[in-house]
Amino acid sequence: MTGVKEIECSDLYFVRGELSEGDMKSLADRLLHDPVTHQVEADILEDMSADSREVMKVIPGIIEVALRPGVTDPAAEQIVRAAGMIGVKGISAACTGLRFFVKGENVNESLLRQLAERLFSNAVIQRYALGTIMPSFTEATEANGAVEHIHLRGLDPAGLLAVSADRRAALSLEEMQAIQAYCDREQRDLTDIEFEMLAQTWSEHCVHKTFKSKVIVEQDDENTHTFPMEYNHLFNQTIRAATRNINACWVLSSFKENAGIVEFDGKNEISFKVETHNHPSAIEPFGGANTGIGGVIRDVIGVSAKPIASTDILCFGPQDLHLEDLPEGVLHPRRIASGVVAGIEDYGNKMGIPTVNGSVWYDPGFVANPLVFCGSIGIAPKGSNPHGIQPGDHIILLGGRTGRDGLRGATFSSMTMDAQTGEVSGASVQIGAPIVEKGLVDVIVPARDRGLYHAITDCGAGGLSSAVGEMASECGGDIQLADVPLKYPGLVPWEIWLSEAQERMVVAVPDKNLAELKNLCDLYDVSLTDIGTFNQSGRIRVFFGSNLVLDLDNEFLHNGLPQRQYRAHVRAPEFEPGWQNEDSQVLDIDYSTTLLKLLAHPNIKSKEHIIRVYDHEVQGGTVVKPLSGVMHDGPSDGSVIKPAGCDGKQAFVLSNGLNPEYGKQAPYEMTQLVMDEAIRNAVACGADPTRIAVLDNFCWGDPTRPEVMGDLVQSAQACYDTALHYETPFISGKDSFNNEYLGSDGNRHSIPPTLVISALGWMPDWEQALTMDLKKPGDLLYLVGDFQPGFGGSHFNLIHPESPVEEGIPVCSPGNPAVYRAFYTAVSKRLAAACHDLSEGGLAVAAAEMCMGGRLGLQIDLGDDTDPLRCLFGETSGCLLVEVSPDSQSEFENVMQTNPFRQIGIVHSSPELVINHCKENLLTVGISDLLLAWKEGVIGGQTA
Amino acid sequence: MKPKALILFASGTNRDHDVSDALELAGAETTIYPVKYLRESNVDWSAYQMLIIPGGFSYADALGAGRLFALDLTAYFTGQVQNFLAAGKPVIGICNGFQALVKSGILPEMRMAGERQKATLTFNQSNHFECRWVTLKPVSQKCLWTQGLTALIDCPVAHGEGNFQVSDPGYAETLFQQDQVALLYTYPDGALADGKYPMNPNGSIRDIAGICNQQGNVLGLMPHPENNIFPYQTPDRANRPDHFGLPLFINGVRYASQS
Repeated sequence: MTGVKEIECSDLYFVRGELSEGDMKSLADRLLHDPVTHQVEADILEDMSADSREVMKVIPGIIEVALRPGVTDPAAEQIVRAAGMIGVKGISAACTGLRFFVKGENVNESLLRQLAERLFSNAVIQRYALGTIMPSFTEATEANGAVEHIHLRGLDPAGLLAVSADRRAALSLEEMQAIQAYCDREQRDLTDIEFEMLAQTWSEHCVHKTFKSKVIVEQDDENTHTFPMEYNHLFNQTIRAATRNINACWVLSSFKENAGIVEFDGKNEISFKVETHNHPSAIEPFGGANTGIGGVIRDVIGVSAKPIASTDILCFGPQDLHLEDLPEGVLHPRRIASGVVAGIEDYGNKMGIPTVNGSVWYDPGFVANPLVFCGSIGIAPKGSNPHGIQPGDHIILLGGRTGRDGLRGATFSSMTMDAQTGEVSGASVQIGAPIVEKGLVDVIVPARDRGLYHAITDCGAGGLSSAVGEMASECGGDIQLADVPLKYPGLVPWEIWLSEAQERMVVAVPDKNLAELKNLCDLYDVSLTDIGTFNQSGRIRVFFGSNLVLDLDNEFLHNGLPQRQYRAHVRAPEFEPGWQNEDSQVLDIDYSTTLLKLLAHPNIKSKEHIIRVYDHEVQGGTVVKPLSGVMHDGPSDGSVIKPAGCDGKQAFVLSNGLNPEYGKQAPYEMTQLVMDEAIRNAVACGADPTRIAVLDNFCWGDPTRPEVMGDLVQSAQACYDTALHYETPFISGKDSFNNEYLGSDGNRHSIPPTLVISALGWMPDWEQALTMDLKKPGDLLYLVGDFQPGFGGSHFNLIHPESPVEEGIPVCSPGNPAVYRAFYTAVSKRLAAACHDLSEGGLAVAAAEMCMGGRLGLQIDLGDDTDPLRCLFGETSGCLLVEVSPDSQSEFENVMQTNPFRQIGIVHSSPELVINHCKENLLTVGISDLLLAWKEGVIGGQTA
Repeated sequence: MKPKALILFASGTNRDHDVSDALELAGAETTIYPVKYLRESNVDWSAYQMLIIPGGFSYADALGAGRLFALDLTAYFTGQVQNFLAAGKPVIGICNGFQALVKSGILPEMRMAGERQKATLTFNQSNHFECRWVTLKPVSQKCLWTQGLTALIDCPVAHGEGNFQVSDPGYAETLFQQDQVALLYTYPDGALADGKYPMNPNGSIRDIAGICNQQGNVLGLMPHPENNIFPYQTPDRANRPDHFGLPLFINGVRYASQS
């Protein structure tokens, strides 16, 4: 598109009503534009109601974009409200849009359409016109009580599967047969709302049937590990068993509620949950990530906590992917990345929650299936989350209005995507309204403190069906859908019940507290609707007006799902983990160039451009920031938070680990290494290694494929083994399967097995928090831990794709927990001045990052180690670089003594990284050159 | 007696607790009231000695940052705000609060209805939201919040629309001449940023980070000194221990308690 010279952008505001010229001027001058920086013009669109054209008037070079009907438009309501405040009373509706004026040579229709479709609009949520667009206003709402009946009795297997496919229910034959048997027992057909509720309640997303399945394991002979022949319940026997066996007294709740909860300071508890929002982010990146973070924040509100920090871990396709390599129906990875980051920015910043930790990983396997892991951390007084629904309690819906947003999201996320997914599942995507969700926090915290409710749950996947269904599962409840506030007309009962419209919570409120809660909600502009009562019937009944549209037995609904059974094939890795290839010694490699190339690798290079668009300071508790050092640009290993309002000196650490590259090769060892990395990152920031809790997030392919299931079995078993070895319990987790894409070539493309481990560490005193930047010339640099560098799955191999050193991935050293405990003794005695973990890119990259962070040089001597290339760039588990002042040298060495450690260097003031080996200089690189490579030529914010 | 500070809260305000902590640490007693509550109840504004408009995304920044919060001030609380200003009591608007003060016509100087707006806060030169630590030099001796402050202040900015611009280029000079420029963006050593990014993080004209009204009692600023009041908040503590934001709030509180 070389002919385009300039694109002019304007905001469009459409208002409908009786407006005088004076009204128009008032609106334009007082509300809609800033006279210092904007120009404004107004036009009248005549009688739009009688017109059904999309394009009002074709104008050369103009593209206008507007939201599709029903997509959240936060400015629209505000325009109507504010117009009233300035005395413009005649407005009945408003909406917004964008105008792009494309100038240049050969600006023809096909070019405009390309721009409109590829850059300016996303068909999932927006429409565009070449010229002036017809706005669509939200109309007054009225629901439609229509209910269909679904006939299952007497259907053969093919017929049952056809119904499942037809309604995009993602149910298996056994599950459909269980529902059919229920119909036989009750001697009736199901209504559509009953069927949809079952499909959602039994979805992978909501019940995690893969992890709860029975698994038959077969295993290749040459595997190093032996797995059980059979798991009766994969999750209970691995991840949950680990937490149970470790039995840490500071774990207050695990795998029971919306978030895992740990003890903090004797008075408060910290909750943590991480969710994925992959499929929605693939088709509408902004909205997908936006509602991903919104959803996980609600999980934390759902344990009555105040959200105080967010994390996000993102996996994208290569940003430089050629357009011709882009599969059909897939957005370009660059567009996905920028949309996802903007979505997280928008939600987190507007909620006033600091986004403090994360990672970004690029791999061709994520082109069609980007991964978005959003985490939320909350704080609440210990034990303040109530769990006591009483019969007669009102079922109260708080927050936003209900629309078709996200219909069948729970089942959609359980399906493989194809080129049509964007169109068919458009309704699965939602756009968030963070200020509405912030209102929920503003209300829930004081309502909790005043004891106004008996129980609380968020509306997430499955909407009301899931939230109310879960709350009523142990008692029963009657619900009236006709009262649910809607965004637009025409929703039928099953749509209202299943809608995943964002920013809604359900609370159980005793009659005596209802008025007080209503007052609180009014104060903070939060909508409150009484939609029914809890009872002791053991059934859930849903009415629309006087019609009973759903009547299901709790026992069947929540326990009637037949257990799935899967076959798992555990394959032996191509190269045995830990196996080293002697060929690496003959490679003729320039060390300096290699280091600079590694620093510029997308997975290693500075993420500052992403980190800076997130507010990481709001709430005032961020002790170790995501970027450290004298110029605030060194990559921190984790973040340390001292929550506002807590009197003590206690702080917590957030960190994470992931490595899809290892996942491709050996899922068992990958899992160990990833857990080790998450824990090591927390320890590097000063966390107590005996008080770290972890969360698991699995993103995997299709579990019906035995090899995918085999990878999962390896990873789950490794979670158990590693958790016990480190005495690090899991407190929460989530899994996302079917991250596969059916390409136009007819082949299925699965993502690399990706496990994200998020760590929540603890320290008794924020003053022991450590950052990674070098502090002082003359200080000593130690390499701590069992240094076993290898090239399997390394970034050294990724930057030498033509001649990778084929090896097994590193083995996680059994001595690591002991190393971390010894190091922690040093930390609590304040013997370390800086600490950084060795991860992607190995020792040389870690050392370079410490130099850059502190703008100080290092002189490193590798000693007589055999293979300098391996020492510099091989990747290892369990190792830290630690800066120690000469005054603390003897005490530090004393504390570390029974563990592997050695002094390898000294900090100096000349700004260069010098690495020697056997008296020979391997590399000498100036810090400014390191920075140039690592920050893509952007130093201190300025282009060099 | 401790001076009482009234902190306004609109839907989407989010640094209300941060600024409340800073004021309490500086010796004030604070109350956070939702705008809606103030409209419906009979809160007596004259019982308060300080007025605070905190940071956040009031009303989602729909129609421009701070604009609808500004409309609240002018549509519902004209009298109360006028009384506050006329009494010369300390008023501060931070970030979104600064935007609201500018858009409501209180800063840089009282603007009458229909009068041309002389200054605004617009999109950062980088065209995106940015969170980073900056260094500020307090300069105005007229502004009761900054007068007598000698130390530089390190604190974060966190905004997308903090670029201070004027409609007439000469007006920036006027603000300097009238001692209304309260805070400037500088290098860490105090040398003026001279428009250089990222020391001047948003492209503000002549490195202006904060301004006061002609009377000197109303301060508006984009950065967040309320986020550097405790030692644990300071990055790179070893090298920059004495650049807290607290003295600015102590100034305001001291003034409020004397008057």
